[in-house]
Parts: sequence; structure tokens; C-alpha cells
Amino acid sequence: MGGSRGRSRGIERAGIRPFQAFLEENREIVYRFLVASAGRGNADDLFQETFLAALRAYPRLAHGSNLRSWVLSIATHKVIDAARAARRRPVAVADPDEVKPDPGRDLSGSPADNRPEHLMLDPREPLWRAVRALPAKQQAAVVHRFVLDRSYQEVGMALGCSEEAARANVSEAVRKLRERMNHVDAVH
Amino acid sequence: MWMPFTEDDASGLDGLDGLTDLAGADAEPRSRALAERFEAVAVEEGLADVTYDFADSPFGALLVALTRRGLVKLDYPDRDVDRELEAIAAGVSPRIIRSARATEAVRRQLEEYFEGKRRTFDVPVDLALSSGFARRVLSAAARIPFGSVATYREVATRAGNARATRAAGNALGSNPVPIVVPCHRVVRTGGGLGGYTGGLARKMALLRLEGALGPAASSVG
Repeated sequence: MGGSRGRSRGIERAGIRPFQAFLEENREIVYRFLVASAGRGNADDLFQETFLAALRAYPRLAHGSNLRSWVLSIATHKVIDAARAARRRPVAVADPDEVKPDPGRDLSGSPADNRPEHLMLDPREPLWRAVRALPAKQQAAVVHRFVLDRSYQEVGMALGCSEEAARANVSEAVRKLRERMNHVDAVH
Repeated sequence: MWMPFTEDDASGLDGLDGLTDLAGADAEPRSRALAERFEAVAVEEGLADVTYDFADSPFGALLVALTRRGLVKLDYPDRDVDRELEAIAAGVSPRIIRSARATEAVRRQLEEYFEGKRRTFDVPVDLALSSGFARRVLSAAARIPFGSVATYREVATRAGNARATRAAGNALGSNPVPIVVPCHRVVRTGGGLGGYTGGLARKMALLRLEGALGPAASSVG
């Protein structure tokens, strides 16, 4: 009798949210992460790549997965991969301690893409540039921790490393940011 | 090796307070626009196993959901959409994306039906959410023509078990695609209307729309 209600067949997969609901629940945090760690010029494409990768893998997800952690770790890998790809391109990479505009660090590698970003983030530009100049992993770590307000355990999950390593990445990033910002203050 | 901070982050952030809102205030509308673009691309590239949207009707907005094989779910507005989509995620696939475009044909046909301009639906039906005898009952009900009715016994007989009228009633009561699989055309042998998944008032409204029920008829069996 129970078998005549078709729904019973899917019980082992129950608990996986419909993708549309998952998208609605996570689009904003993913976007904020991408803007903060890869810049506006890259966030749009990385957003598409992140959710397409998530959609492809979605039916294979384990029951009871933490979907938010999962999609943010996909986004983190997309950002780190894009940063590595950009670094391999034959564009001038500025001295990391240099505070002047630094198009070579931009993931797109195209100075034209940087311009609107300058305008939009003008008030905090030096800090912005300092974050963008960090190594990709530290940059992602600092964004997870301070922009998204996630715990070190969650930062570690997103980066694929231990909680201690996440903590170390964040503190090293903060040390570098402070150094650079002091330098900016001294220059102005 | 670097030294981790021993103090916690609030003090670690002195002078860097701009960090906390680095992502900007427009993340909500911007991410919504990006999500809409993503939905279109995902559907275009065939990555959605199920697409859905809502169709206008005199009863309110009807949920319609499609698989690659056809219409898998149609729901009246009083059903909880989240719950219904979760049932589809469990029973068919969780790769469910909202799409006006993919559902356009079925939504248009429903609107034409309610305007009295359409007698048959030209959309394939996917009975993935039903199985066994229930599926055979629904297949039998799908063949009752516009404007006519059949009895529970007749439908049970066509489904292969003339004695299973109660089971046939249950199968019709949990029809995942009402209106398009016209379970409203199944009535009692003595002339009573029987039950309906969307409530008896809707069954009467549909039969009246199809001319299968006189305007004054109200005999509830």
C-alpha cells in the first residue's frame, strides 16, 4: 500500500533543498565574498562559475551537507584558481609592497576593468587595494573572517585547511594590511 | 612560520574597520540580477532537471513544474510551494530552477483553457511522482475527453482492476497533475461528484467550464 504513493521512492535523498531555494538563500553571501576577494570586475563571472559548478555537483551531495559552507568553498576555489591564472598571464606584477594602483594584481589583468571599481570603492580605495594585493589564500581568509563574519573553523573548511592554518592565514593577512595601511597614512 | 594572534579579532582589526563592509551595500539587488542570469544560462545549457513557474488561473497562481519528459507537477495555490518543490527534489531531482521561458507553453495553454479557448492540452505528462496502479489509473483518467465524465469504477476497470474503485479514488485524489490529467472528470456511479484534490468547488467549476455540469447541478454524492 505504501508503495503506491510515489514519493516514498525518494526518501533517501530527502533533505536536499531544491536548487532554486539554495540559490536564493546563498546568492548574496556568495556575491559579497566574490566582490570582496576578487573585485567587482571579476565577481559577475565568478558568480556564474560558482553556481554552475554547484548545480553540476548538486545531485551527488551527501544528505545533510552544510550547503552554505559547501558553496562558499566552491567560490573560494574559483577565486584562488582565477588569481593563479591571472598571475600566469604575461602582465606586469607590481611590487607587492607598492601602494600605487596595481592593475597587474587584478584578476582580469585589464586596466579598463579596474576603472569603474576605482570609482565605486573610492572612499576605501587604499584598504581595498591592500586586500587585493594579498596572496589569494590570505585574501580569501580575511574576507571569510571579516567581511562574512565566519568562524575560523568555517574559514578552514572553505580554504580546505585546518582551523589553525586558517587562523594563521588571517593573522598574517591582518599584519600585512596594517603594515600597508600605515604606509599609506605616512604617504598622505 | 608566523605567530597567530592570541587576542581575538576585534582588537586585531584596529584601524582596518573598513574591511567589514568591503562588499558594498548593493549586494542584494546585484546578486538577484546575477541569479536571474544564472537561471537562464542553467536552463539553456540543459543543467536543470526540473523547471517551474506559476500560471494565472481563476483559482489563483498555479505551480507548474516540468521535467525533460513533461509536466510532472501542477498545484493549486493553497499548497505550500516549498513543500511541493521539496517533494519534487526528493522524488525526481533537486536540480530545480525557476524559469518563465521553459514553462511558457504549458502556462499559456492553461490560460487558454480557463478562457474557454482550449479543449485539450498539448503538453506531455511525466507521471514520475506516481507509480504502479496509481499511474495506470491516472493514465486512464487522462483519456477521458473534454466535456464528458467517467465513473470511478470505469477508470478502475481501464486501469486493470474493476474492483479497486477505492484505490482508484485514492490515486485520483493524489493526482500530481490535476486539470491536465483531468481527474475532475471522474464521478460517482450514482451521479454524485465524489471528491477532488483541489476541493469540490473547483471540481464543479472545471466541469461547468467544460459544459459537463449544468449550471444548477450541485448534487454532492
